[in-house]
Amino acid sequence: MSNPSQQTDHIVSPVIYVGVFLTLLVLTLVTYKVAFIDLGPWNVVVALAIAFVKSTLVTLFFMHVYYSRRRTKVVVLSALLWLFFLLFITMSDYLTRHWLY
Amino acid sequence: MPQQRDASALGMWVFLGTEIMFFGGLFLTYTVNRAAYPAIFAEASHHLDVQLGAINTAVLICSSLTMAMAVYFSQKGKRTGLIVSLLLTMILGLAFLGIKGVEYAQKFEHHLVPGYNFQYAPASAGPAQLYFSLYFGMTGMHALHMIIGLGILTFLLIEAIRGRYTPEYNTPVELSGLYWHFVDIIWIYLFPLLYLIDLHK
Repeated sequence: MSNPSQQTDHIVSPVIYVGVFLTLLVLTLVTYKVAFIDLGPWNVVVALAIAFVKSTLVTLFFMHVYYSRRRTKVVVLSALLWLFFLLFITMSDYLTRHWLY
Repeated sequence: MPQQRDASALGMWVFLGTEIMFFGGLFLTYTVNRAAYPAIFAEASHHLDVQLGAINTAVLICSSLTMAMAVYFSQKGKRTGLIVSLLLTMILGLAFLGIKGVEYAQKFEHHLVPGYNFQYAPASAGPAQLYFSLYFGMTGMHALHMIIGLGILTFLLIEAIRGRYTPEYNTPVELSGLYWHFVDIIWIYLFPLLYLIDLHK
């Protein structure tokens, strides 16, 4: 309660919103342009890395997680942790099956 | 009360956690099948209209800005700003769905919709049909979330016109904002995965 940085009724400045918005537009242009360049297996990595940066910006600032209480941050991170389990465990199965057969 | 706002935001995030797992299953299905048929998925993805996809990405990002501004105006108690921001968000959301509709219409014309009229090179028709099933399934689920979001925005707009939201009470605007941004994030991943990653091939 006493820590002002953890109050959820913190009002985010429109300057920050517009800054995030412009960054998102620039990153969209970058990911679009890079997609036409042949980077071999790195195209997927670059595209997903840019998507990750964009979604992190949206989560932290548009969705106010940066200004949220630690409890909310833990809920957000645990949701992502379960998503990681889902993707990582399933893919480690599918991508290694040919090692056996 | 700050504690009530806090609890509401927390509850919304728990709901969004279930949404992450729901879309996670779709993304997982896509990843497994793309790993199984990389060449055919790459070839099939070339049938999508990348420019329309990119424009739609920009439209959604604009709508996220106007939604964020709606939350800001509701916190400041500025009724006109809130109404204008909500209206702009709805217009941009409808523009997204309109462009998506144009894309879907192209797929119907080119016989790329899975089912009886699906026409594709026979050798790769099976996995290609799988790609387009995932394309329609994932973008369709995303579009359904947009339509639900537009319904929520309509409710917010009516309440905002009635002057229901004040600096003391604006939780519905804030929570709807969380939902709208979440739907934006889903598209932020759908766009590169469906349209972009095999464009260079």
